[in-house]
Amino acid sequence: MNISEDMVKEIIIEVLQQMKGEGEPATSQVKEQARALQFQEIGEAKPGTNVNEVVIGIPPAFGTAMTQTIINIPHRDVLSEVMAGIEEEGLKARIVKVNRTADVGFIAHEAAKLSGSGIGIGIISRGTTVIHQRDLAPLQNLELFSQSPLVERETFRAIGRNAAQYAKGESPSPVPVRNDPMARPKYQGLAALLHNKEVQYVKPDMPSMEMTVRL
Amino acid sequence: MVRRQKRFEVLEKRAVNQDGFIKEWIDVGLVAMDSPNDPEPSIKITNGKVIEMDGKSRKDFDMIDTWIADHTIVADVAEEAMALDSLDIARMLVDINVPRAEIVRLSVGMTPAKYVDILKRMNVVELMMAMQKLRPRRTPSNQAHVTNVKDTPALLAADAAEAAYRGFSELETTVGVGRYAPMNALSILVGSQTGRPGVLTQCAVEESLELTMGMRGLTAYAETVSVYGTEQVFMDGDDTPWSKAFLASAYASRGLKMRFTSGTGSEVQMGYAEGKSMLYLEIRCVMITKGAGVQGLQNGSISVVGVPGAVPAGVRTMLAENIATVLNDMEVASGNDQTFTHSPIRNTARMLMQFLPGTDLIFSGYSAVPNYDNMFAGSTHDCDDYDDMLVLQRDLQVDMSLRPVKEEDVIAIRNKGAMALQAVFDELRLPPITDDEVDAATYAHGSKDMPDRNVPEDLRSIDELMKREITGLDVVLALAKHGFNDVAQSVLNMLKGKVSGDYLQTSAIFDENFNVVAAINDLNDYEGPGTGYRLEGERWELLKDIRAAISPEDV
Repeated sequence: MNISEDMVKEIIIEVLQQMKGEGEPATSQVKEQARALQFQEIGEAKPGTNVNEVVIGIPPAFGTAMTQTIINIPHRDVLSEVMAGIEEEGLKARIVKVNRTADVGFIAHEAAKLSGSGIGIGIISRGTTVIHQRDLAPLQNLELFSQSPLVERETFRAIGRNAAQYAKGESPSPVPVRNDPMARPKYQGLAALLHNKEVQYVKPDMPSMEMTVRL
Repeated sequence: MVRRQKRFEVLEKRAVNQDGFIKEWIDVGLVAMDSPNDPEPSIKITNGKVIEMDGKSRKDFDMIDTWIADHTIVADVAEEAMALDSLDIARMLVDINVPRAEIVRLSVGMTPAKYVDILKRMNVVELMMAMQKLRPRRTPSNQAHVTNVKDTPALLAADAAEAAYRGFSELETTVGVGRYAPMNALSILVGSQTGRPGVLTQCAVEESLELTMGMRGLTAYAETVSVYGTEQVFMDGDDTPWSKAFLASAYASRGLKMRFTSGTGSEVQMGYAEGKSMLYLEIRCVMITKGAGVQGLQNGSISVVGVPGAVPAGVRTMLAENIATVLNDMEVASGNDQTFTHSPIRNTARMLMQFLPGTDLIFSGYSAVPNYDNMFAGSTHDCDDYDDMLVLQRDLQVDMSLRPVKEEDVIAIRNKGAMALQAVFDELRLPPITDDEVDAATYAHGSKDMPDRNVPEDLRSIDELMKREITGLDVVLALAKHGFNDVAQSVLNMLKGKVSGDYLQTSAIFDENFNVVAAINDLNDYEGPGTGYRLEGERWELLKDIRAAISPEDV
């Protein structure tokens, strides 16, 4: 995909408008944006006791102020794929909104700490994803998908499956690593813009919240 | 447009037009070196204590200001240095009649805003002149990346052996799958010491694991200890300048070389640039590093290079931040280590900024593997560019630390590296490296030419290896037992290096006889024509003798 200057402009304008507090959410601004997700906040997230669960951690902008990944996969599909992957392995997915940070490593670690199985997945809006385990250091990981332009629908499904297998105490083969040396020149400017938008919704003093979503 | 102009149609298809460019956006800090939000330089000192810096009084300092004021700025020279006109200092940086020592004496008295005020007055040629004069080590050198997308060990060893043999003095690896780290570190350790004794190796992963591997003797140095220019970005990583300085001390106490890493654009990439220019924030990182007593810094944007690379004067800024590092009398590993453009022209232009003046480590690092295998998401130049680099050295008579090699010698050294690692795997009870893997690694272009390994089995064995507390000494014994006495001796010498600690001096590398070459015994003495490092004599004879050149006798 080519990032045209127009696209970048569009995002800048969008972010600027939101910063000024004038604009509506992104979804109404740009017509190709995916639809926002219907989340419901249930209350403060508590550590789970069910060893058959995997917790998916997302930042506040995910699915709301931002609705698709850097390669335009709707957040609806992201969650559907990951949850389907987890369910394929016979486990349950639980969604937690991590308010205090937009750092994918810390979001994933928070999800893992809240997970009854000790396994969590962190996904930020542009698609960068981590599979984490609660006993690891925050910036370690079980699997890291650092190049968001390479995280596709199938990758999200495979991430869900592998996370569930770790939760069952298995040793899955890691999702095959991909690498695109030209991802940076093509996408990094855009990634910076997207991340600047992401952090504007972070609420450092707010706890993580238990969520349900209608997909 | 209904009718296109044909030249524009051609231009549109050029590689450079696949790059992402963005216009300056001051409010979030998408500006290279000159933001209206950058402070004006100032300092006030009372009783030897900085009480005001860059227009901010001490009570308003954030933790980075406090760190710099208390640990970096030398109060004794601050008033003298800050009283000098920035333009005069900029001129001193390029003046061959002002010795390096005098500039370094003054630089520790300057505030972050003062650095910006000086550097923004210099064009790229002047900045290159400053680099030629100010880099700490007289002899320039180079670092390489050795990684592959499969984390396959025999190939890592063969690639490390070749990279060391070609002349890189430091090798850096990282991982595709995080848990492969100790095996990757082990693979390039064995490969590097096969290729050229004394090459330093590191494995860039999560900090506590990285330190553990260093203490075990699986690596010889560390580089990816990141510092940031705003408080919020620091805190996002659960860190402070104090915690980073503590980590630096942990390395020093175990006799391990280390440098910090930072680079323009990281704060804006992470969303907390406070509207300041990328260079101003990066200078704060340089000064955090200096204040921590760390000998060197990797900067030049590094993994965020797409951000400064996308705004005006970004490439000039990357050179300016390298200058800030050497101006602080620290070793610079000067970037050129991450793809930032599709255009070979832009790519090479960016690299010349460091190659022409020479730096402590021109690339940090050069991809010694094809870029598709480069797990730092690609470097500016890779193994397919070796011959171009050899010709550039010969055309310009400038040293990039690469020597011409013969194919048969590279085959032999790659094979030996892979076989040495095969022996170590056997002895340490790791899943075997087959003869087929050794053969494939010897002749491979990249991991596409390698058979797949059983990844879960490798990962289980690595966990077990770490639990058994295997150290570098076990590697020495394994190599010796299988007849690789020379490689065993080199790995042992790397361990001895940590005991003596001489390679913790600024800009230190080892030569092939394990002599330290550092700013303490090879201090840059450039003072104009006829001085400093010159590519001449025996070294020039070696580098100009490329295999493509036709001898008059052959015609």
